[in-house]
Amino acid sequence: MNRLTQRFDSLRAAGAKCLVPYLTAAYPSLDASLALLKRLTNPRIGAIEIGFPFSDPIADGPVIQTSFHRALERGFRASTFFAGVKSARAQIAAPLIAMVSYSIVFARGVDAFAAAAAEAGFDGLLVPDLSLEECETVAAACKARGLSLIMICAPTSDAARRDRIRTISAPFVYYQAVAGITGERSSLPADLGARVAELRGGATSVCVGFGISAAAQVREVCRVADGAIVGSAIVRRINEAIDAGKADASIVDSVAGFVDELAEGAA
Amino acid sequence: MTSTISPAASTAPGQFGPFGGQFVPEVLMAAVHELERAYESATRDPSFSRQLDHYLKHYVGRPSPLYLASRLSEMSGGAKIYLKREDLNHTGAHKINNTLGQALLAIRMGKRRVIAETGAGQHGVATATACAMLGLECVVYMGAEDVRRQALNAYRMRLMGAKLVPVETGQRTLKDAINEAMRDWMATSQHTHYIIGSVMGPHPFPTIVRDFQSVIGRETREQMIEQTGRLPDAVVACVGGGSNAAGIFHPFVNDRSVRLIGVEAAGHGVDTDQHSATLARGRMGIIHGMRTMVLQDDDGQTLPVHSVSAGLDYPGVGPEHAYWHSIGRVQYVSIDDARALEAFGLLSRMEGIIPALETAHAVSHAAELAKTMGKDQTIVVNLSGRGDKDCVEVARLTGQKA
Repeated sequence: MNRLTQRFDSLRAAGAKCLVPYLTAAYPSLDASLALLKRLTNPRIGAIEIGFPFSDPIADGPVIQTSFHRALERGFRASTFFAGVKSARAQIAAPLIAMVSYSIVFARGVDAFAAAAAEAGFDGLLVPDLSLEECETVAAACKARGLSLIMICAPTSDAARRDRIRTISAPFVYYQAVAGITGERSSLPADLGARVAELRGGATSVCVGFGISAAAQVREVCRVADGAIVGSAIVRRINEAIDAGKADASIVDSVAGFVDELAEGAA
Repeated sequence: MTSTISPAASTAPGQFGPFGGQFVPEVLMAAVHELERAYESATRDPSFSRQLDHYLKHYVGRPSPLYLASRLSEMSGGAKIYLKREDLNHTGAHKINNTLGQALLAIRMGKRRVIAETGAGQHGVATATACAMLGLECVVYMGAEDVRRQALNAYRMRLMGAKLVPVETGQRTLKDAINEAMRDWMATSQHTHYIIGSVMGPHPFPTIVRDFQSVIGRETREQMIEQTGRLPDAVVACVGGGSNAAGIFHPFVNDRSVRLIGVEAAGHGVDTDQHSATLARGRMGIIHGMRTMVLQDDDGQTLPVHSVSAGLDYPGVGPEHAYWHSIGRVQYVSIDDARALEAFGLLSRMEGIIPALETAHAVSHAAELAKTMGKDQTIVVNLSGRGDKDCVEVARLTGQKA
């Protein structure tokens, strides 16, 4: 049983909710990114989702696109990041989920990618452009390597697809709160509670992402779901800190502080 | 389902051997399934094809002529070169065959808003045209660099009431316009149809676009038999995403005597890092919702591409072309910027026909190929578009005043 499954089992046993912060891999730099992973020790963190920079991220809004673009310009390579995570893993408390476009997974070879991710110390894999129709190979590779496969369920998914996603995705289903791309939104959809209720039950938890940017929204989401995923709001702070010429150490401090603030919402 | 990769099998819907598939976020799956169902029902509905045929005949001006380019043929000194005149379609390119079909599908699905990506602007113009004629709202995403290179087409789209959105991300060309259109569609698919302009993207787009463009090949067959009494010896077409090529090739795929040749853009040369010759230099990968050949690095990151023609500088290629390439049914060659520019001038001078820069790649290869063939043999070139849109840019590149 990997760390991610253990963490969600214990959260369920305690009836607790969690925050899943998202970070872009090797951003603002490899060292700062690893330092940040070590700093995020708040017990309310259910897992850290780490996005691998991709040249053509169709599901991401401008904030995460900017971080990908910058990380690639700074020479991001999946293998370098894997090596970094592996060396730092013993000092990272949270379960780690790699969020990776299928292009990157496929280029290395599905099984080779899963093996490298597991070897580096990742616990789960999320491939945002991997449909149910195409997920069989990846699901098998994850299973063989002891990785959890996290699938996204959308407001446009019908009941049959919801059921299939629930069967494959563990220990939680990533529910995308709004149809669209990643990014901060001022309000959550009115029917979010009903949508999440349709998905919950059985052994599968539901974490909600897309559009969540503040502790108050994390709290709102955690009333109806098992966890809240926050991405763009965190990455925007890194983007802005770089624009303002801040040093890596100060970026790590301020981001860690913001994540703690968000985690209050999952209390 | 897709775990075994064998180039031999091409049977599953949306799979062309190991190529094709549906690699899009879950939020779009409902829309691609809806499109699949709508297209299946449309193909069974005689009133749909009657309606499309009506517009193709009276609005587009089909059938487009098949014209023997006598002077070009004589100059080449070998095979007779015929031009399939898609440039004479309304809007000046083959793109309208697909946009009308898909706009009618959008109406069938009750979607009144249409989005599209465009490179050279021909697909954007053809989409704006179909939307204006059918009364649909239209938004076109176009790379900012292409808006500059193709100012005339940008103006035409706006004139016909489309909203043109310049895309400032990435290389600011076709690939980036597709990313933005996909992002729009993710938020809007419940009331918006995305008219993809080439034989690419997730299933069922490659099949739908090929089918709508196959009118080119069906007409060419009939016209060749009517004019020469037999099938052509070779058919040549340029390939970016590959819609005009798929459209003219598909009806000939089972005619083993007909050589099919796709021409990619070699840009500054396939041995440089500035070209768009995906089949010559790419590897199997994932891009824009499909598994196909892609110009990418070993980490799966898309490589920058270049071509003098805005419609060919795309790092992927339609999955059916990747399949035809893998089984050797279609031969793919590449023509560089300089030779394309030469052919642009050549066809203008020899035949009084100004080809699109994309098309000029095919013309260039056909003129060379003709030399190696006998006078009793024939080549058809898909003259996929007219070159008015390129005149200002070519004048700039060749140091002349437009």
